[in-house]
Amino acid sequence: MNAPTTRQPVLSAQGLQRSFGAVVAAADVCIDIQQGERLCLIGSNGAGKTTFVNMITGYLKPTAGRILLAGEDITQRSPREITLKGVARSFQIPQLYLHMSVLDNVLAAWHANQGSRHFLRPAHDADSVARSMDLLERFGLQSLAMQTVRELPGGVRKLLDIAMALTGQPKLLLLDEPTSGVSADEKYATMDTVVQAIERSQEQVSVVFVEHDMDIVRRYASRVAAFYSGRVIADGQAEQVITDPEVQRHVTGLAPASRSPSAHSAHREATV
Amino acid sequence: MSLLQTILFDGITYASWLFVVALGLTLVFGVLKILNIAHGSFYAIGAYAGASLVGWVLSMKVSPALGVVALVMAAVGVAALVAPLTERGLLRMFYGRDEVLLVLVTYAMFLMLEDVMKMIWGVNPYYVSDTYQAFGNIELGGLSYVTYDILLIGVALLCGLLTWWVLNRTRTGKIVTAVIHSPEVASSMGVRISHVYAGAFTAGVFLAALGGALTAPMISVQPGLSVGVIITSFAVVIIGGLGSIEGAAIGALVVGLARAASVHLWPPAELFSIYVVMAVILVFKPEGLFQRIQARKI
Amino acid sequence: MPSLYFVPQSATRLMTLGLLGFVGLMLFGYFSPKWVVSLATLSLANGLVSLGILIMMRSGVVPFGQGLVFAAGGYAAALAFNHLGVRDALLLCLLGGVAALLVAAPFAPLLARYRGIFFAMLTLALSMVMYGVLMKSESLGGSDGFNVSRPTLFGMLAPESRPELLLWSVTAFFTCLLASLVRLYCNSSRGLLSLAVRENELRVEYLGSSVVNVVAWNYVLAAFLGGVGGALSVLALGHIEPNFSYWTTSGEFVFVAILAGQHSVLAILASSFLLELVRSFSSSYFPNTWQFSLGLFLLLVIRFLPDGLGSLAQKLPMRRARPVPPLGGTAP
Repeated sequence: MNAPTTRQPVLSAQGLQRSFGAVVAAADVCIDIQQGERLCLIGSNGAGKTTFVNMITGYLKPTAGRILLAGEDITQRSPREITLKGVARSFQIPQLYLHMSVLDNVLAAWHANQGSRHFLRPAHDADSVARSMDLLERFGLQSLAMQTVRELPGGVRKLLDIAMALTGQPKLLLLDEPTSGVSADEKYATMDTVVQAIERSQEQVSVVFVEHDMDIVRRYASRVAAFYSGRVIADGQAEQVITDPEVQRHVTGLAPASRSPSAHSAHREATV
Repeated sequence: MSLLQTILFDGITYASWLFVVALGLTLVFGVLKILNIAHGSFYAIGAYAGASLVGWVLSMKVSPALGVVALVMAAVGVAALVAPLTERGLLRMFYGRDEVLLVLVTYAMFLMLEDVMKMIWGVNPYYVSDTYQAFGNIELGGLSYVTYDILLIGVALLCGLLTWWVLNRTRTGKIVTAVIHSPEVASSMGVRISHVYAGAFTAGVFLAALGGALTAPMISVQPGLSVGVIITSFAVVIIGGLGSIEGAAIGALVVGLARAASVHLWPPAELFSIYVVMAVILVFKPEGLFQRIQARKI
Repeated sequence: MPSLYFVPQSATRLMTLGLLGFVGLMLFGYFSPKWVVSLATLSLANGLVSLGILIMMRSGVVPFGQGLVFAAGGYAAALAFNHLGVRDALLLCLLGGVAALLVAAPFAPLLARYRGIFFAMLTLALSMVMYGVLMKSESLGGSDGFNVSRPTLFGMLAPESRPELLLWSVTAFFTCLLASLVRLYCNSSRGLLSLAVRENELRVEYLGSSVVNVVAWNYVLAAFLGGVGGALSVLALGHIEPNFSYWTTSGEFVFVAILAGQHSVLAILASSFLLELVRSFSSSYFPNTWQFSLGLFLLLVIRFLPDGLGSLAQKLPMRRARPVPPLGGTAP
């Protein structure tokens, strides 16, 4: 970062356009992500949230518009290059190395980030193992280090997936539905773990996460952007956005949520 | 005969039996998703069986022309016996495994069948060239051709058309096509996948054996036949596209003509020209000339 | 926690093991009859090629055309011997390795973009092109190939009483050195990355490494190993021919790799020796059934021991190795 006085956004998406045939996935999407933010993207399936995530991670290229990472244009870069510049992502369906141990998954992630130059330096040297165990400990997974991922339940896999994204000490972390597939009573615990783990990073990490559960959104997001038909229809404080009438019509559903303890149920999720 | 006509004719006759064999290979791949190295072994078994049966038939002092019937019957026999043994007995244990692993399984089958053939037919060559000459020559367009060669071309066309017709115009064909596209969906619709697999595999073995039996009168049938046929038929199906009938035809023509051209024009190219074409196709259009499946490429 | 890993803790320890292995092999050679040494020489030479295949299998591809690099190394060594007057065995093997590497390198980035059947077929096609070229090139002896006579070592000729020991010592040297280096490579961060590539390429790219780079380098390393193996084979047989590049030769290297599995370098060398032993005995006593036995054996291994013979050692209690992805997708 070179501008000490003006806080340059970590990532600035400007006027992104993208269609898949007749489906408009992104129409003039402009979002700035500030340092240290926790931005949540909400919207029904097909609204354009995942397209946005895919564009800023380099998986898709917008047909128009720019993406600036700390001022640098990364619009046409490959996922690998973008990762090395400090953008990491986790996946809705965890992308793991299923037949390897939890520790090896993290180690492999760590080594992938280092730029695989070392033909003879051991993968399991004390330093790398220590760092990896440390990261696992932040996620509460240290006791599972030697387990094969294949044998582990979905919730653990989610956490591992996110942990692996953190190995590169990214400036920007994208979490694609971090609580999907996690049972309702464990969602809060999962998010708590994730948020705390991120906070223990040495550098400040800006987070963007895609979420459907409005309770989670309220609790963990510092800012919310609502998508509909490829457009950002609202962008601001969580409560503000969620109660916005446009958002209520297209995303969350009209009835305001009741607050009974057992009401944390599936039909409050903002899926259409 | 001008050089061009020679090359064309040589190429087409070579392409004919190659097409029959490749058709079987591509069919097995299309339905079972297995690239069968042992396909060449089935060819060789067909050649041996054909040679033996013809030898026996001719020893009864019948017209050598009837030898052709014997050859076809030999192929049928091979398919009826060998296909269930290898498919049900062996291959079935490995369904669902990685595609490369299945190739290795067929490699093991090839190794075993090489020795099985030696055990049954010994190591000495068989010659049944009488049947090749049996139909004499035929005059076409002022030139003289060996009738057997024309017969071969005819058989190839017949096989191709029949296969196309069965796959596209019959109910069985529709079922098979469904299995080609998605075994899971077909199975959930009540199709007995194991039967379709067995049927397709038997058809594949029959075609390989037929190719072998029909070429038996033109060559010396001896150990080592399968080795050359395997690699050539692989080249054909890769060039034409795995799983495609038209591809097998075009691939066979390409390979046949390339070989004929090399032999007559530039002999040093004879052996590698086919593999250069194969490599070029793999590089620029890995699905082959007639796309049926997506190449696993990143 | 790391003490549960079966991983030699340091490069030094591994090199020491390699050195001990070399001494052991030398002793073995000294006290064994000539035919055993000749057999072992040939099997270790072939084993090196399979070692290269192991490296590639650990990143998720199985090459069906290592005959290309085997022949490249062999012909390079043979030509250097006959036309350049290079007689030193060590130098010839090195030349073979480098030549094979140079032949393979231009194809590496291209090949590294393919997977599964297509990778196998492309490598196969390349090796058959080489075969076709070799068969028809009169200057290289055509289908008959040509001969080489006995090499020297550091200027010295082989001892009259035990001539096979010269080549055996070179073989033992390269085997121990290269086997140790391969083991080091497998234990290295790049080695782990290779396994990751086999498991989930998408994730590897999203974590910052190039999958094509990993696979391409593995192909190049395997080529070097194949070239050294080819050179050693030429010197052992005293003869080179286009068959070095034929698909059945390539098939045998894969056979050994599958038999051995991808966990153990030692298993590769042992399996190669086993194959040579079986081949040599059988062709004398059971010439018409040994292929059958090999095929059957391969089937049994694929069916019941999908991780190869090497995985048997993994099951021993004192060797609790860390979980490693099995070959061939889902294990039974």
